[in-house]
Amino acid sequence: MCRLFSLTSSVPISPMRAIEALDVMKEGHDGSGIGLFLTDLAGPFQDCKHLPILSGIFTHAGLRRMEEFMSSQGFTPGYRLTLEAKESPPPGTPKRDIYLSQVFEPPSAWTDLAPAVRERELTKTRLALRHMGQAEEDMVVFSFWPDVLMIKEVGDPMEIGQYLGLDREEVYAGRILAQGRQNTNYGINLYACHPFFIQGVSTMTNGENTAFVPIKEYLGSQGVPGYEGYQSDSEVFTHILHFTLKGLGLSLEAYKHVITPLQDDDLEAHPDRDFLHTMKQACRRLIIDGPNCVIGCLPDKTMFMVQDRKKLRPGIVGGRPGLFAFSSEACGLDAAIPDRDKSKDFQPMHLDTAIVSPDCQEVRICRQTQPLPHQH
Amino acid sequence: MSANTAVTPSTLSQRDLPWQIDWDIRTCTLCGRCTAVCPVNAIEFGTFRKRTIFTPPLGLLDKRTDKPSGQQDRPSSTSSVYYGIRQRTDPAYACIGCAMCNMVCPNNAIKPHKSESTDLLRFHRDRGGQPRTRGGRRNSGDSVLDQIKFMRISMLTDPALDAGRHEFELRTLIGRILPPAEALKTQRENGWMPPVREIYPLMIGSMSFGALSPNMWEGLQMGVAYLNEELGMPVRMCTGEGGCPPRLLRSRFLKYVILQIASGYFGWDEIVHAIPHMKEDPCAVEIKYGQGAKPGDGGLLQWHKVNQLIAAIRGVPPGVSLPSPPTHQTKYSIEEAVAKMIQSMSMAWGFRVPVYPKISASSTSLAVLNNLTRNPYAAGLAIDGEDGGTGAAYNVSMNHMGHPIASNLRDCYLNLVKLGKQNELPIIAGGGTGKNGNLAANAAALIMLGASAVQIGKYIMQAAAGCLGSEGDRCNICNIGRCPKGITSQDPRLYRRLDPEQVAERVVDVYVGFDTELKKIVAPLGRSTSLPIGMSDALGIADRFAAERLQIKYVV
Repeated sequence: MCRLFSLTSSVPISPMRAIEALDVMKEGHDGSGIGLFLTDLAGPFQDCKHLPILSGIFTHAGLRRMEEFMSSQGFTPGYRLTLEAKESPPPGTPKRDIYLSQVFEPPSAWTDLAPAVRERELTKTRLALRHMGQAEEDMVVFSFWPDVLMIKEVGDPMEIGQYLGLDREEVYAGRILAQGRQNTNYGINLYACHPFFIQGVSTMTNGENTAFVPIKEYLGSQGVPGYEGYQSDSEVFTHILHFTLKGLGLSLEAYKHVITPLQDDDLEAHPDRDFLHTMKQACRRLIIDGPNCVIGCLPDKTMFMVQDRKKLRPGIVGGRPGLFAFSSEACGLDAAIPDRDKSKDFQPMHLDTAIVSPDCQEVRICRQTQPLPHQH
Repeated sequence: MSANTAVTPSTLSQRDLPWQIDWDIRTCTLCGRCTAVCPVNAIEFGTFRKRTIFTPPLGLLDKRTDKPSGQQDRPSSTSSVYYGIRQRTDPAYACIGCAMCNMVCPNNAIKPHKSESTDLLRFHRDRGGQPRTRGGRRNSGDSVLDQIKFMRISMLTDPALDAGRHEFELRTLIGRILPPAEALKTQRENGWMPPVREIYPLMIGSMSFGALSPNMWEGLQMGVAYLNEELGMPVRMCTGEGGCPPRLLRSRFLKYVILQIASGYFGWDEIVHAIPHMKEDPCAVEIKYGQGAKPGDGGLLQWHKVNQLIAAIRGVPPGVSLPSPPTHQTKYSIEEAVAKMIQSMSMAWGFRVPVYPKISASSTSLAVLNNLTRNPYAAGLAIDGEDGGTGAAYNVSMNHMGHPIASNLRDCYLNLVKLGKQNELPIIAGGGTGKNGNLAANAAALIMLGASAVQIGKYIMQAAAGCLGSEGDRCNICNIGRCPKGITSQDPRLYRRLDPEQVAERVVDVYVGFDTELKKIVAPLGRSTSLPIGMSDALGIADRFAAERLQIKYVV
C-alpha cells in the first residue's frame, strides 16, 4: 500500500518535510517510487505564477525535440530549473539526463482565449508532448500548468530526495502532495506514479481501486482531453474529481457523493435527496469500490481527504493554524508536525471529507449526511 | 410385433428410440399408475405370452421305475400368459424420458433411460409433413459462461470482503440514464427525466400467461411479491406475450411486473382497457422483437393450450393456434419500430414507464443498439441468446438458429463503451444463464461482461417448479399442454399437481440462495458498493480464442 503525505502551509516549505514523513512511514513498503506535486510555489517561480510550467524528465534528444515543438507552437521559454544530480543515482533508480521544470510564455494568440479554452489548450500541449515522448521514449511529461511543479522518480523516496537535492529553495511550496509508491498491480512506470494531475487538480491514493476497469472505460470514452493513460488504477480518482468540478460544475463537497453515494435509507433522509438521487443514478459509472484513501489538491489550493465506503485504508488529518498535514499514517503526521494538538487529529470515516481551505486555518469536516452547499 | 407384420419405413424397434423403458417384472405390482401418468402414452398395459420348455435332466433315473425322474418321461413345453408394461415404438408415441412413470411407481419398477446409441426416431418426426415442434431448450450442454472463472481475487493488495457480514449494494438500474451533466441540468430545470427503476439484477424473463399454467404464473407472482414486500429484494418479472390477468392489472402488484408487447399484441386489448384503473404503473414495458430460442420467429401458443381463460385474456377464440408473426406488422423499418413503438408505449403511461425492446441475439444486434442510443425514450436493450428456452418452436429453429449471448453482449457493451454510453442504455442479457445449474456464476459473468441485468426463464422453471427438461432432449413437450409437472399445461388435471404456494416458496429460495452466491463471487473481488457491470478484468477463461473474442484474460 502506498504511503501518502501532504502539507498545506501558509508559508512555503521544503518538500523534504513531506519526504521525511514518508520515510517515517516507510516500514514494510518497497519504495518503488516517489511522486511530488508542488503548487503555491515560492522562489523564482513566484514571479511568474500565471505562466505554465512544464515538468518532466527528458533525454538530451528529447529536450531538443521538446524545445522545437514548443517553439513551433509559439511558446517562448522562460525560467528553467533543472535538478542536477552530481553523484550516481541510488540503487534501483535509472540515470536520467535532465529533470526539467521550465516556464513558458504562451503564444500571443492565446491572450484573448477564454480561461476554459486556454486550459484545454495547455492540456492538449501536455498530451502532445507526452505522446511524442512515449513514441520515442525520450521524454516523460507530468504537468504543464501555471504554479505547478511535478517530480517523479523510481526508487526510495528519501534517497531520491537527497539525490535530487529537493531541499533547495527553488522548489519550496505552500502545498505539497507526496507519495511513496508501493507497486502492486502494474509495471513500474513513471506515469503510474502518484500524484496524478489534470488542469490544476491533483490527487493521490493508497489502496487499490477494484472498480478500475469500468470507470476507466467510461472516463476514456467521454471525449475529454486528458482522460487517458491510466497506467495506475488510481488515476481515475483525479479524473473523477476533475469531472465533478469542471464537467458537472459541482463543489468538492459533491465529490464524495459521486464516488461513494449514500445508501438508500440515508439518501431518503437527506435534505438534498432529489439532487443526490439523480446524481447517484447518473454518476453510477463513477462509483469507486475501494479500498482507497484519496488525498488531493484543487486549483484554488484547497486540500482534502476522502475515504471509500469501506474505510479499509488509513488516513489522518491534523496540524495547527498555518500548517496542516494529511497523512496515510499517524506516525508520518507526528514526524512532520509534532507540535500540534493531537486531540484535534481527525481520521475521516466512510462519510467524511476532511477539507483544509487555502487560508490554512482549520480542518473542516463535511459529512455526506449534511446538506450540500449550494451547487451552482 | 409378430414376424409377419408389415414393416413400414417408420416402423422402429425399441432400440431405435432415444429413451427406452426399463421395466422390472419382479417388482411391478401392475397398479397401472405409470401408464395413466405417461403424458405421451409411450407405455401401455401389455399382455405377454410365455412358453416354458421342460426337459428332464439326463442320467437321473427313478430307482423304483428305472425311468428318468420327474413328472413326465419326455421333454415338453407349456404356455402361460403374464401381464406387464409395453413400450410403444410408434414415433408418435415415443417416450420423452420425463420419468413420471418412475415418479409414481410405488416399487421403483420402471424407469426410462437414455439410449447410448444414436436414435433413428429423429428421421421420423415429420409425419404428415409436419416437422417436429417442441418446447424446452437447445439441448446442448456447452456453455462458455460455465468456463469463465473469476480470477481477480483480492489477496493482500486490497482486502477481500466478508460475503456474510459486509454490506452490499447489488441493485441495477433499468431505464435511460442520462449523462451526468445532462441529468443534473434536467433536474435543476425540472425537465423530463426518463423513468428509471432500481431493481434486482436477476429478473424473471418473459414467459406468458398461456405458455405457463395459471398455478405456475400465480406461484411466480406470489414469490416475486414476497421477495419485494417481505425481503426487500426488488425482483421483477416479465409477462411475456399474452397479456395479464385483469385483477393483476388493477392491483398494486403490477409494479413488480414488466408487461411485454409482441407482434401478436395478445392481451393488449385488456391492458389498454385497464390503464385508467391501474393503481400502479408497471415496472417497465418490454417490446419483443425476437427471442433467443427461436430468433426471427414470432411467439407460438399451440391450440392445445388455448382454453377459455387464455382465449379470454388474449382476446381470441379458444382452441386455435396462436402463432405471432415474426415482426410487428405495422413497422417497416428499425427506425419505425424503435421510434414509433417505444414512443407510443411511453405515451400510454405518460412517459413514466421505461420502455425497452427485446431482441434475439444476432449479428445485427449492434445495428439495433446504435439506433436505440439515438432514441431518447429507449430505456435499455434486452438480448436473448440462443440457449434461451421457449414454450413452443420448431425443432430446427431451436437447434440451429441464434447467436450465443456472451460475445453478442460483449460486442454491444464495448460498442456502448466506444460511444461513452455504457450503462446509459442498460443491456439486459439472457439465454442459457444457469443452464447447467451454475446460475450465480453465469449471471455474474454476464454482468462483468457488461450486462446491467440478467433474465432467467428455464432456470426458474427447473428450480421453482421442477421442470423436467434437461440439456439432453428430455420431456420438451411444453408446446402440447401435457406438461407432466403442470408448469406449462392449461389442463386443470395436470396443473393441479403444482401448488402455487410451493412455487412461490421455491422462487424465494432461489433468489435468496442466488443472492448469497452472488455475494460470494463479488466479495472476493473486493466489490460491494455497486454492481460490477463491465468488470472484465476479473474474468478469465482457459480458451485463447474465447478470451480474445470476449476481450478477457486467457488463463491456463
